[in-house]
Amino acid sequence: MTSDTTRIASGRGLEPRPPVRDLPPTTGDDGGDPSRSWRYRLSRLDVKFSPYLFIAPFFLIFALAGLFPLLYTAYTSLYEWTLGANDDAEFIGLGNYVELFSDAQFWNALLNTFSIFLLSTVPQVIVAVLLAALLNTALRGRVAWRMGVLLPYVASLVALAIIFSNLFGEQYGLINTLLQAIGVDPVQWQADRFSSHVAIATMVNWRWTGYNALIVLAAMQAIPREVHEAALVDGAGVMRRFFSITLPMLRPTIIFVVVTSTIGGLQIFTEPKLFDPNSGGGGGSDGQYQTVVLYMYQQGFLNQDVGYGSAIAWVLFLIIIVIAGINFLITRRIAGTGEAK
Amino acid sequence: MTAVPTIAPTAGTATPPRREKRRSIANLERPGVFVYGILTAFILASAFPFYWSYLVASHDANVFADTVPPLLPGGNFLANASRVLDTIEFWRALGNSIVVSGTVTLSVVLLSTLAGFAFAKLRFRGRGPLLVFVIATLAVPTQLGIIPLFIVMAELGWTSSLGAVIVPNLVTAFGVFWMRQYIVDAVPDELIEAARMDGCSLIRTFWHVCLPAVRPAAAMLGIFTFMTSWNDFLWPLVALSPEDPTIQVALEKLQAGYFIDYSLVLAGTTMATVPVLIVFIVLGRQIVAGIMQGAVKG
Repeated sequence: MTSDTTRIASGRGLEPRPPVRDLPPTTGDDGGDPSRSWRYRLSRLDVKFSPYLFIAPFFLIFALAGLFPLLYTAYTSLYEWTLGANDDAEFIGLGNYVELFSDAQFWNALLNTFSIFLLSTVPQVIVAVLLAALLNTALRGRVAWRMGVLLPYVASLVALAIIFSNLFGEQYGLINTLLQAIGVDPVQWQADRFSSHVAIATMVNWRWTGYNALIVLAAMQAIPREVHEAALVDGAGVMRRFFSITLPMLRPTIIFVVVTSTIGGLQIFTEPKLFDPNSGGGGGSDGQYQTVVLYMYQQGFLNQDVGYGSAIAWVLFLIIIVIAGINFLITRRIAGTGEAK
Repeated sequence: MTAVPTIAPTAGTATPPRREKRRSIANLERPGVFVYGILTAFILASAFPFYWSYLVASHDANVFADTVPPLLPGGNFLANASRVLDTIEFWRALGNSIVVSGTVTLSVVLLSTLAGFAFAKLRFRGRGPLLVFVIATLAVPTQLGIIPLFIVMAELGWTSSLGAVIVPNLVTAFGVFWMRQYIVDAVPDELIEAARMDGCSLIRTFWHVCLPAVRPAAAMLGIFTFMTSWNDFLWPLVALSPEDPTIQVALEKLQAGYFIDYSLVLAGTTMATVPVLIVFIVLGRQIVAGIMQGAVKG
């Protein structure tokens, strides 16, 4: 802190000091004496407008890259619109949506997305909580264990998807080799719908479980020690304390983790895309693991059907908002009755 | 909300008694072999795919058609690596990724801190509602807007240039929120007032008072931004030309094709993962701390 003060103090010598002494930084309009020098007026303008300039970049970028594209997606979804032929776009009202709701491939993609999402979120949250409980003990070399758990987080999604595609290979993949070694029939990791979902969910779980465990761990450490000690004095064992104290007090964090994985999980793209390197956006020979975003990519970019791709995007957008809301309500109920903070 | 002060310079006095208490409960839960065993198994499972990737990359692909795959690395890694360099523009893609992620990181840290400073320390009309708006945008799945974003970029003539990947990510809601939370506690009002008294304009106050005081939080934001940007796939895949991609898109291209030569492909992923792995080993402690602090705040 002292170094900062000296820096300012030394800075004072370089610049002449303008006559603004009675202007604390946080005053907007304090109706001061307006008849001072230009420096004074400059300073008034500074206080008044600089804050807006400081936050302007965020709002500009969000408008350009976030808000506008989303609204524009709603607009393009009402058109028969081919990528690159923007002038030939033809207004068809809700036509794309009508088509979408009777499109078996869309429902298939939606079902796959939910299946993969459930297979990844549910086990992940449970394992993350258990892992956090293990990490919350008096381990030797605490930081090293935490780093170890986080290791998968450094793998890029692409690298991870490629490696797991190899591990889950149907013919020479390591997992099938091991299964055969113990006398189990090899699994059709690509061809079979449910198995492919398990494989893809495994990729997600592998990358995010440790990360979420650290988040849960942080929340566990925020639980006041006195509560545990009091329960201990009353004779509560490890299990009892875990279920009666730790779990209820983790409720807000578990909600946070579930909502974040919902927003991310329903947009899953990279893993299914790379699980099937040959079929572009098809998600397997029969679309058995095509997800909604993959379908959006296939329609919007590979088939250049902007309008239809946009309709898919908007439906998914609404679904995510609704699910995130429901998630919030359900998780709050499931995660116990302890007082949330 | 409460995690920030633990690293804020003002909260030093609160630590000693807390540590005392932690030790007393820690003794009650001394972990046994069981706990160490499970954790070790978990970490081995975490590390295995990395090892496997290198293992495959260091052998000839044919080896894996045998019933018993080799479990120790072979001597073919350099040969496979040089095949990667022949197949894709590896260095160019790596360079593009460094340029994109570097620019995005620098910009996100600077612009987020600037906006965070305004939200935390300056008073202006509409501050509250605007901050709520920023937080609300955190949950918006902006990835779903990529089709029109692509149309816009095409109209601007930016597709196939790195700008298309950089500009949309110059500042993030997460960054603004994260820095705002930190600055509220870490930068004393008195210091800002002192700078103002000495005639610093707001931007100079930001530069000389705020920026030096937020280095730890800015570093963490930088690490996370870099990793997010480095891993980005869908948008670069769409927006960049296949001849001039980022490393992730180049890896995908390596994998595409009817017959997949996994020794080649996994040599590529190994080469692309090693730099990130080194960063993780050097900065892992900070990354862990960053995740845990961010968690309690959220």
